[in-house]
Amino acid sequence: MSFQNFITNAMSEWMKASGADSDIVISSRLRLARNLSEFPFPMLSTDSQLEKVIEVVEEAIQDEGFTKMGPIQLIPMDSLTPLQKRVLVEKHLISPNLANQSRKGAVVLNQNESISILVNEEDHLRIQCLIPGLQLKEAWELADHIDDLFEKHMDLAFDENRGFLTSCPTNVGTGIRASVMMHLPALVMTQQINRILTAISQVGLVVRGLYGEGSEAIGNLFQISNQITLGQSENEIIDNLYGVARQIVEQERAARRYLIEQNRLQFEDRLFRSFGILRLARIIESKEAAQRLSDVRLGIDLGLIKDINPNVINELMIMTQPGFLQQYSGQELTATSRDERRARLIRERLETGHES
Amino acid sequence: MICQECQQKPATLHLTKVINGKKTEIHLCEFCAQEKTEMFPGYPGNFSIPQLLSGLLFNSPDSSVHSSVGLTQDNQLRCTQCGLTFTQFSKSGRFGCSQCYKTFEGKLDPLFRRIHGNTHHSGKVPKRSGGTLLLKKEISQLRKDLQRSIEYERFEEAAKIRDRIRELEQQIGSL
Repeated sequence: MSFQNFITNAMSEWMKASGADSDIVISSRLRLARNLSEFPFPMLSTDSQLEKVIEVVEEAIQDEGFTKMGPIQLIPMDSLTPLQKRVLVEKHLISPNLANQSRKGAVVLNQNESISILVNEEDHLRIQCLIPGLQLKEAWELADHIDDLFEKHMDLAFDENRGFLTSCPTNVGTGIRASVMMHLPALVMTQQINRILTAISQVGLVVRGLYGEGSEAIGNLFQISNQITLGQSENEIIDNLYGVARQIVEQERAARRYLIEQNRLQFEDRLFRSFGILRLARIIESKEAAQRLSDVRLGIDLGLIKDINPNVINELMIMTQPGFLQQYSGQELTATSRDERRARLIRERLETGHES
Repeated sequence: MICQECQQKPATLHLTKVINGKKTEIHLCEFCAQEKTEMFPGYPGNFSIPQLLSGLLFNSPDSSVHSSVGLTQDNQLRCTQCGLTFTQFSKSGRFGCSQCYKTFEGKLDPLFRRIHGNTHHSGKVPKRSGGTLLLKKEISQLRKDLQRSIEYERFEEAAKIRDRIRELEQQIGSL
């Protein structure tokens, strides 16, 4: 397995448009924050201590429990160019923090990119599992298993009272952050989204955009995750998020039905216009691309737009990001030439994305 | 829409605040928005998790009950393992190492209660470190019992306790 694949292929496991409710829930992600009790947290560790952490991790992933799951590889951050790191960020495999600010940072990736383990970010270990559709339980089981495998090889910082100890007090206890990425165009169009987002924040959950904290909700994509990590069990946290996600799925479905029943012609017109623009445009900026892709995705989900594989839309969401676009073109691009490349890429993909 | 502050330039910043169901809308141009940044706690660049946390640590309503002397002493708490002081912790909002949780133990409950609504972990216990922890706790209790048995010259009982301690120590060793 060459790490080159992680950089050049857009497709990750989570983009496969499979799993429960995958028309609305794009992906489920689960992250566990863990530290080795032997060393200070990364911020106060010396370089040699951080190197030791990497050694321990590298040894642990030789465990047959890991190798049974297929090839897995550790990639040090300083072996990557800034552009390569940006691509991994755009694919949600590493955090901007790990890419830009960590000392001796590294990431462990498996072949289909469903597992990414961040080493020496804010905590020594951030075990992340990212899979398509609404599959929080499955993501938790995978992360839990990986956590057990690591624990065989290292002493984790754990306190009976406080649970797993983390650098930031907002992660202590379970160290868990579970999240679902949802595509909610009909709730946005019918202007119900704000009401729903307010309600969500009242049950201890938090909403973010496509690229996490502080990012804007582009392309009608919303990331909903738990906030509380201490005092609730992992299963309670996951059940709570699952319950809320299921309700939002139902609301989104109802809003979609409403749009079709109330104003079918106008609604179809909007979706097909976007489809037309994406197939023919010569210049397109990323925000417009995200919006149009959202429309087309909705058209596919409703069976209005046929012959396009939804995977292609998921893939295009990532491929049309600035970093990926430049990687794909093999050169740095100005904003203007990016818009041109983006338009070309979308045209090509929608052409080859035909299932017929 | 025109900026509500200068009434001249078009408004580019639209802010909707909902506090207890009461909605306020603010529309400003870029220029006036820059000047007024401090007004909006949610405006980027003016807000961070560490800042929020240090606010939680120091702005407790009952902080008046601490005498100023008490506060200074508390703030000089220094973690023996990584050297982080409580003042540094409250500025950065980040612990330095796992020992910090013990060092600042007495000051953490209110913070955790505010962030999580809770102070105790009730989730996963790691198989190895968690298991050892429980065994160690049992051993220290047994040592006390052993001491007492010896003091009261109940040697038969003491021997049994001693064997049990050995057994547990072996268990820890084999984990």
